[in-house]
Amino acid sequence: MTKILIDNGHIIDPANHIDDSGCVCIADGKILQVVSRPADFTPDETIDAKGHIVCPGFVDLSVRLREPGHGQKGGIKSETQAALSAGVTSLCLPPDTKPCIDTPAVVEYIKDKAEAAGYPNVYSIGALTQRLDGTELSSMFALKQAGCIAVSNAHSALGSLLILRRAMEYASSHDLLLMYRANDASLSGKGCAHEGAVASRYGLPGIPAAAESIALAQCLELAHLTGCRIHISQISCKQSVIKIQQAKKYGLNVSADVAIHQLHLTENDVIPFDSHYHVIPPFRSEEDCHYLRDGLANGTIDAICSDHQPHDLDAKLGAFPETEPGIASLESLLSLTLDMAQQHRVDLTHALASLTQKPAEILGLNAGALTPGFAADVCIFDPKQVWEVNEHTWHSAGRNTPFWGQTLTGRVTHTLQGGRLTYQWRHR
Amino acid sequence: MSRHIQLTETHKLKHFLSIEGLNKSLLTEILDTAESFAGISEHQVKKVPLLRGKTIVNLFFENSTRTRTTFELAATRLSADVLNINIATSATSKGESLLDTIRNLEAMRVDMFVVRHALSGAAHFIAQHTAPHISVINAGDGQHAHPTQAMLDMFTIRQHKKQFEGLKVAIVGDILHSRVARSQIVALNTLGVSEVRVIAPKTLLPAHVRSMDVIPMHDMDEGLEGVDVVIMLRLQKERMNSAFLPSESEFFRCYGLTESRLQRAKPDAIVMHPGPINRGVEIASSVADGPQSVILQQVSNGIAVRMAVMTMTLGSHGGTA
Repeated sequence: MTKILIDNGHIIDPANHIDDSGCVCIADGKILQVVSRPADFTPDETIDAKGHIVCPGFVDLSVRLREPGHGQKGGIKSETQAALSAGVTSLCLPPDTKPCIDTPAVVEYIKDKAEAAGYPNVYSIGALTQRLDGTELSSMFALKQAGCIAVSNAHSALGSLLILRRAMEYASSHDLLLMYRANDASLSGKGCAHEGAVASRYGLPGIPAAAESIALAQCLELAHLTGCRIHISQISCKQSVIKIQQAKKYGLNVSADVAIHQLHLTENDVIPFDSHYHVIPPFRSEEDCHYLRDGLANGTIDAICSDHQPHDLDAKLGAFPETEPGIASLESLLSLTLDMAQQHRVDLTHALASLTQKPAEILGLNAGALTPGFAADVCIFDPKQVWEVNEHTWHSAGRNTPFWGQTLTGRVTHTLQGGRLTYQWRHR
Repeated sequence: MSRHIQLTETHKLKHFLSIEGLNKSLLTEILDTAESFAGISEHQVKKVPLLRGKTIVNLFFENSTRTRTTFELAATRLSADVLNINIATSATSKGESLLDTIRNLEAMRVDMFVVRHALSGAAHFIAQHTAPHISVINAGDGQHAHPTQAMLDMFTIRQHKKQFEGLKVAIVGDILHSRVARSQIVALNTLGVSEVRVIAPKTLLPAHVRSMDVIPMHDMDEGLEGVDVVIMLRLQKERMNSAFLPSESEFFRCYGLTESRLQRAKPDAIVMHPGPINRGVEIASSVADGPQSVILQQVSNGIAVRMAVMTMTLGSHGGTA
């Protein structure tokens, strides 16, 4: 039985209300005791966490691994390595792989590849409809049996509200969480930027915030009708925050997340036509960004995800509207979260809860907490470590980040997954 | 990445991608330089040797006759060699091939790309990725900008009105989809007109049009009241019978420029149109061919303005000019 001691750290474990200095004792891959150590605990290995924060490994609700089907952009091996270097010890894979996750075979394939890559905690999200084409329900029960943790439409539109209603009824019959990306395709059209002052001035086809909030409102109404438990993925605007706040107030069983970069960047960053800022949903106005941060601070938004979308170089080379949207964002997740917490006075424990406890609760996982008996998924980070985003520090195959070449503060130094030290920062 | 990709370190024009980011004195310099070229077209020998030995590529990913022709004439009158490349958009719908096209032409040691493309930001993309000795002129990118068109319009306005201060300008029609209108608005405001009105139904105005320093109006008669310049925009046929507009006749009824409507403008108001005009859709023939119309002058001025921009950009990095 291997015993590991993480000593001298500042432990923040939001789920167990721990914010204290001390140690984390790990035995046989599981958390044994936190803050103090049992008298008879003699570690085989000690990690000195002096000056560091020790917290549960992060649980990320949306990480594209690009496998199967998009090998030129990344793969399970490279992207799970990126996840470990970012302190992410559990991640959800949205169903828009190729083939998409609409059969147990694809789920099995991903599970095998993830285990072979040494990262067992990849949780596949099943496709809500067959081929994600929005018309026929997928075999959700079979997907759940194969290991899918939830079902989702990913970025695809559903054929009608009736399909969404039936999908909710069916998913809830099998006690499956429905993760929904709210977007009215007819309103967003071929848009590539927020329909605001910047898109108006620079002639970029716009996506109105209402394309999201209208689809969101419809989804909330149907959740009310069907009793399905829903999670809204990657909201981006003020009206979405307000609608979720109202729904929660009236007792609807709904949760929501936001992509980390939405808390930092706005429509103004898109100019001069830099494709690294091309994301869907698009970066919106200052006001929207403000509402998102407030929504996170007051609990309307439960979780922060990376919404990691690695791309090959070519995907971002072109006129802005024709480039592929998305940011390789795993490895900036912690730095940006710390920065947001500091600049906008969000309590650090609360911010960390949105990366650990909250997403784990949404998924119903025994993770995101340093609870004795839980798998020892631990993230140790140095909140003051300054590092540069470059080819020496980066692990993802995708280098499509607006932060490339920039200096960030806050760095994961150790990641343990199931009590195994799977990542260690080598300071250059 | 520089926010002023168009300018050299000494604030000279390196590329000409949009009016945005250029100050009044630079715009005035373009107009003054164009003025000096305006006479050349009247000469017996319509040529000056300013760009002799330079190769200019007209790279058109979108069809255009007038713009390409005037660019070609401008280049020829400056004694440059001109290569016209028309690439159907369908063949290069991917960015990789756009970049490949650029790389191939670079390898042939060309000096300038004049680019027209159906997507906003295409000219910026090419300018960001092309070799440092090459200048890029935007001949229209998506709904973003058409800066040489805007400058030839400014040139025409200055010819007739002498100065920009105090002018009231109305731009009428499909502002939403118009790169010409976007560039005109920025140019007019930079040059210091007192008022830019944009007149259209809300379906043809950008969502946040107020943030563009213009006065949006929906009533044509009210909008033309007392203006010095009326700029009509071309209405694309595909906007008709769609969610944008019900019909041509309804549009003409609301926003068509007729002689009687024009009377609401100042008596010496000029009527402009970037062409090609849709007679009876946005403008009545009697107005288009009437005494206040300067539409054909715009076309001739286009050559001088494009000559000016070509010499200024190629001259900015140790070129011939």
